Amino acid sequence: MRTTTPSQDFIRGIWNENPVLIQMLGLCPALAVTNSVANALAMSAATFFVICCSSVLVSAFKSFIPSEVRISAYILVIATFVTLADMMLQAYAPAQHKELGAFIALIVVNCMILGRQEAFSAKNNVFRSLLDAIGTGIGFTIALVMMGGFRELLGTGSFLGVSVFGPNFEPWVIMVLPAGGFLTLGFILLAMGYFEQRKKAKTELAAEASS
Amino acid sequence: MNDQTLFSIFFSAMVVNNFTLAMFLGLCPFMGVSARVETALRMGLANIFVLVLTSLAAWFLNSFILDAVPYLRIISFIIVIASLVQIVEMVVKKISPVLFRQLGIFLPLMTTNCAILGLAIFQTNRGYGFMQGITFAVGAGLGLTLALVLMASIRESVELSDVPNVAKGTGLVLIIAGTLSMAFMGFAGLL
Repeated sequence: MRTTTPSQDFIRGIWNENPVLIQMLGLCPALAVTNSVANALAMSAATFFVICCSSVLVSAFKSFIPSEVRISAYILVIATFVTLADMMLQAYAPAQHKELGAFIALIVVNCMILGRQEAFSAKNNVFRSLLDAIGTGIGFTIALVMMGGFRELLGTGSFLGVSVFGPNFEPWVIMVLPAGGFLTLGFILLAMGYFEQRKKAKTELAAEASS
Repeated sequence: MNDQTLFSIFFSAMVVNNFTLAMFLGLCPFMGVSARVETALRMGLANIFVLVLTSLAAWFLNSFILDAVPYLRIISFIIVIASLVQIVEMVVKKISPVLFRQLGIFLPLMTTNCAILGLAIFQTNRGYGFMQGITFAVGAGLGLTLALVLMASIRESVELSDVPNVAKGTGLVLIIAGTLSMAFMGFAGLL
């Protein structure tokens, strides 16, 4: 039955099946909170916590959850950990909590988390589910920090609040506004499509040359 | 209690702070069902219906139950939304099987649509009353429908034009969405 090794479970989510950039899951937070690197990091940390805890719990209890109500059960588990994350963020990082606002609560309906429970944790043991969750969480963090980095760098000329381009830089205000979120992700996807196409053309060329 | 006028709530939710284009809520259906104008319109209408019901339910929970147990807010909202969607699904199936078939998978998927939970949470955070909540829901629903239909009509015409291979797919949709979002920024000074 098992077709992947534990290390594959771990690595898969980071790049080849990156939740945001390849599977297009969890787009709401990926676009809404990435106007600065700090927000992107806070969001990723909260999501990371939620996905790891719920994956462990769901896979530990998978034999007790009747399959007719499994989706509701997963959502309840996720909602519980989101409430915890919300309270912890409010206690330890009040500035970020205020900035992210309702989007912390909206982690509940992040399809990426529910998708991992349904597709992986419900069928695998605790250890492998945890690996899978950590991998997916890191993949999500990479995507968010990448977007946050681009947007903050171009939109305000700084990175994590530290000025990079000096005082003479004219900020591209559009990048920190909602439209910039769509455009940044759109251009990242276009660039990825371009590299993918070039790689394919190269392998085809190599195949032709060898035949 | 919030003292914004109903008109400003309605207009703000519909165009100025459009749920999809300015707040990134409900992006899954925005990407998924915006290929045809007809489906987009139907999805939008179903959304308005569920949003209004959610707003009613959220108002009820906030006024009578959650004062005592505020930490159960997220959990109770999501349970109520899931059951509401389930009930709506059963009622539609019983009353109009045709409509049920047309809506298909989009109806159950509404549970995990962030626009619905987002509405309940924003309504709570801003302290909207009963009428304000319903106005907010209708405005937000119309805004979603507007964004979906606009996107679908653009995509229908883009289908016939010659785009570079690299841009076919989600990348192009996102850039169109970005352009639409820029257009909606023009409303920003209105209120």
